Amino acid sequence: MINATLKQLSQQLTAGQVSAVELATAYLDRIDALNPALNAFITVDRDKTLAEALAADARRAAGQAGLLTGVPIAHKDIFCQQGWKTSCGSKMLDNFISPYSAHVIEQCQAAGLVTLGRANMDEFAMGSSNENSFYGAVKNPWDVNAIPGGSSGGSAAAVAARLAPVATATDTGGSIRQPASHCGVTGIKPTYGVVSRFGMVAYASSLDQGGVMAQTAEDCALMLNVMAGFDERDSTSLERTCEDYTRDLAQPLAGLRVGLPREYFADGLAGDVGRIIDNAVAELKKLGAEVVEVSLPNTQLSIPAYYVIAPAEASANLSRFDGVRYGHRADEYKDLVEMYEKSRAEGFGSEVKRRIMVGTYVLSHGYYDAYYIKAQKIRRLIANDFAAAFAGCDVILGPVAPTAAFNLGEKSGDPVQMYLSDIYTLSVNLAGLPAMSVPAGFADNGRPVGLQIIGNYFGEAKMLNVAHQFQQVTDWHSKAPAL
Amino acid sequence: MSLTHQDVARIARLSRIAVTDAEIEAVGSQLNNILGLIEQMQAVNTDGIEPMAHPQDVSLRLREDAVTEPNRRDACQAVAPQVEKGLFLVPKVIE
Repeated sequence: MINATLKQLSQQLTAGQVSAVELATAYLDRIDALNPALNAFITVDRDKTLAEALAADARRAAGQAGLLTGVPIAHKDIFCQQGWKTSCGSKMLDNFISPYSAHVIEQCQAAGLVTLGRANMDEFAMGSSNENSFYGAVKNPWDVNAIPGGSSGGSAAAVAARLAPVATATDTGGSIRQPASHCGVTGIKPTYGVVSRFGMVAYASSLDQGGVMAQTAEDCALMLNVMAGFDERDSTSLERTCEDYTRDLAQPLAGLRVGLPREYFADGLAGDVGRIIDNAVAELKKLGAEVVEVSLPNTQLSIPAYYVIAPAEASANLSRFDGVRYGHRADEYKDLVEMYEKSRAEGFGSEVKRRIMVGTYVLSHGYYDAYYIKAQKIRRLIANDFAAAFAGCDVILGPVAPTAAFNLGEKSGDPVQMYLSDIYTLSVNLAGLPAMSVPAGFADNGRPVGLQIIGNYFGEAKMLNVAHQFQQVTDWHSKAPAL
Repeated sequence: MSLTHQDVARIARLSRIAVTDAEIEAVGSQLNNILGLIEQMQAVNTDGIEPMAHPQDVSLRLREDAVTEPNRRDACQAVAPQVEKGLFLVPKVIE
């Protein structure tokens, strides 16, 4: 049962082979047993979970169940959820019991999904290793000496360790794809604007996008059907008609044009990761895909552009944490300014402070054009590169990260080294494109490696089709760590 | 260019984050490393390129000027550090 996909759990619930309460109990027991070693969850509340599960069973008994009613889910601690602590991995929000729920949470509850708990994450989603959480680092279930990736490391570790069959996540610069790759699970970041940001604690608003992780592409498609959709409370939510993201899963791949960006296979890509990606491309060729070389010449510039735009937006977004309306307030202060300065110095961790200060600097008088506007122009160049590449292909494939998961502590002392490891994921956020990570093999050190699939705007169904067909002829996605 | 301790203190003040004298050296050196990384952008010619603020280049929606939210003051203030009679309390700002 613990290795079942969403689709299988849905079938078992429908057939009456298992109840929502039994399922929730099985996962909660597993969380109790394994979470002390993995630290994938910040908050678990058995009573709340079982109350949701009971309600799901009642709904099913009343004949009002949907496809996923009674299926358990972990929520990244970035999505506000009424009555649950929503910490965003920060001391700043350690005492914050959300008075409302995010759109994503509302959608999941409307579908009858049962909350298993709140997944650990890098503080305010800033990080690539999950070492920046106030609640301590998450451990990679494949190797507890390895980082799980970040910022959605708790979500990825939970799905990999089978502590949850599915988990919500968010991706601002790779925070779904990179941990999914490092933990050997399937993750999707939709086109910017497809999933509402309402109630999702803001990091960099023009880049943030909610998504999901599960074992399979099919499960991700089922979840996207629940999560996507217009929401007027998010000013950048796109008004589009609803899609069925499962509609193209079974399509054959014959004639699919797959673009390989030469910049993603250049110096800096580890040999073992490169071989895994080559093998994955070969599998797709066997399924009838044609390979074309494409170029994304401004890839290298995605790092400086991202590390201007994201901190700039973060410095504005995180100004709301002032110790007045919610969140941490210092015990002692002599005036209002000192209250702000001490509350923020105590409430934020060092990476968050760094990014706020970088953002404050690049937005400050006299530097705005040289940094922020310059970065937004480079953002346009990067989006133009993708537009040119997609003129000749249907999806773009490449690695998610230059190496498999690195060791805990290996890069935590050097922020710039950590930033450089984001090279293959940042461009997608800057351009606002959808992308996935799909399990594709194991590196020489035994740690999982994901294949990145990048789609054109609103190309989620196409990407999911490619991922699903790949998963019909490979079994990397069904491998689980021995725990 | 490189940030001086004075620059770091100014950025910290603008950010409303207290940075102690003991921290300023380390914070300054990390910020300088990051700014060094960012500096790579200046080598690129971006003349005539329109800055991109939104991937779909959509403009913000307008809505009817109507009341859509109920009054949930008590629920929202339940998480506040200090409230009194429905007001958020802060240190005195006007003498």
